[in-house]
Amino acid sequence: MIQTIARYLDLALAYLRDQIEKLIREVGATFLFMTSSVRLLFSKPSRYNEMIRHMEFVGNQSIGIISLTGLFTGLALSLQIYLGFKMFNAVNMVGPVVALGITRELGPVLTGLIVAARAGGAMAARLGTMRVNEQIDALDVMGVNTRQYLIAPRIAATVLCMPLLTAVFDFVSMLGSYVLCVKLVQIDEAVFWQKIRETVEVRHINEGLLKAAVFGLVFSVICTYRGFNTTGGAKGVGEATNEGVVRSMVMIIILDYFIGNLIRLFYLVTGMG
Amino acid sequence: MQVTSAVSLRAVTKTFDNKEFILKGIDLEVPKGSLMAIIGFSGTGKSVVLKHILGLYKATSGLIEVLGTDINSLSPDELTRFRQKFGVLFQSAALFDDMTVLENVCFPLFEHRRELRPSQVLAIAEERLVQVGLDKKHYNKLPSQISGGMQKRTGLARALALDPEILIYDEPTTGLDPILTEMVDNLILETHKSRKGLTSIMVSHDLAAAFRIADHIAMLDAGKVLLSGTPEDFFNSDIELVKRFVSKGLRYK
Repeated sequence: MIQTIARYLDLALAYLRDQIEKLIREVGATFLFMTSSVRLLFSKPSRYNEMIRHMEFVGNQSIGIISLTGLFTGLALSLQIYLGFKMFNAVNMVGPVVALGITRELGPVLTGLIVAARAGGAMAARLGTMRVNEQIDALDVMGVNTRQYLIAPRIAATVLCMPLLTAVFDFVSMLGSYVLCVKLVQIDEAVFWQKIRETVEVRHINEGLLKAAVFGLVFSVICTYRGFNTTGGAKGVGEATNEGVVRSMVMIIILDYFIGNLIRLFYLVTGMG
Repeated sequence: MQVTSAVSLRAVTKTFDNKEFILKGIDLEVPKGSLMAIIGFSGTGKSVVLKHILGLYKATSGLIEVLGTDINSLSPDELTRFRQKFGVLFQSAALFDDMTVLENVCFPLFEHRRELRPSQVLAIAEERLVQVGLDKKHYNKLPSQISGGMQKRTGLARALALDPEILIYDEPTTGLDPILTEMVDNLILETHKSRKGLTSIMVSHDLAAAFRIADHIAMLDAGKVLLSGTPEDFFNSDIELVKRFVSKGLRYK
């Protein structure tokens, strides 16, 4: 009996060790992939045209869905906070609480999740398809540095677009909050804006924008890495896309907590908080 | 020293997992200006040999010289530049599906002939497309809008864009119908004959085509070169496996 338990324990430990080893190897490979690709951003020939093309896809084409999501996030969040604060006679604080929540947390996180699903998934699928159709091999044998041509512009475009999209999300969310608070539940307009001005500082907005840029870096690296290293035909492309998006989303949620804490720590150390 | 071999592989071995060797000591000379066919059963390492020649794989041991350069000794940047000497036609043609036929052929020129004006690039690309016999009405179509044969022609025009010294065909007729196969075979032969000094290497399952168009043939078996020589050497060979291959090839011919 004890021997059986010991054997199962051994197997479980071996499995755990394998999984941890695999995870460390994967994280290491992804990190190397990121550093080597980002380094190539500044090498010749320049890929600014490619970067602008990807910015149009990641940024411009995401504005619609980001605005729609932002509007309803602002409306829903404001409604719930209004209902809660009404019990304590603190409805004047709905605006600032929504503004802080949106700019520091929900803005970058929801923008990250939406753009990771839309643009990150497309990146993984596109690169995966190019890999299995030998298009990446064709570029390689043509003497084109594939990381510089395919990866670096996508990462740069995403890092640049994410803060801008988050700013759009923040703005439209606050518009939604304004509509609910001022137009629907009749909070005084002057009080609504005054309380927000008193509570929300530029650094709160910057915190969200910084997070957004980090999320952009993380999900673009994860998705391009998975797409670039696709194996196994159409099935492999599906797996790469799925893994790229899921890993990106999980990483965004985890990183949000740690970046938030790091920023708090920074404020504490520098006495800015 | 005059280099007479375009490609030279000496005692090349390759293993991916340190257990099983895919290549078990390949010795192969591809004479300059020749059209060599590499034939053999599936899984004998033909495509792996090609990928070594292109520098996509590094040999576990052995020497690979391409145009007198030890390809394994090149840095990644040097290798990227060196690859401009190659043109490759892939089995699937591997055209960029978001570019038109003309853009596909222009792409390597825009990448590596930056001194050329766009009008000059267009002129060269159109010349290559004419050489492979692609009608002008298809130039602005996407690869998905043209037939498999036209895709092969476009792929060949793109491979020829930079005037390569070595042209590589990776199973160019696999999966094509007999008429398209003959068209592609003729295209390979015409391209080879029309470009002086061009070395062509073709990996193929199509034995009839190999015997019809190649002037040199290498047969791989179990990760080694079983026989390398002219088609006549193959006809006169006493090696049992070669005899079987030749008879099969002749039957199709």
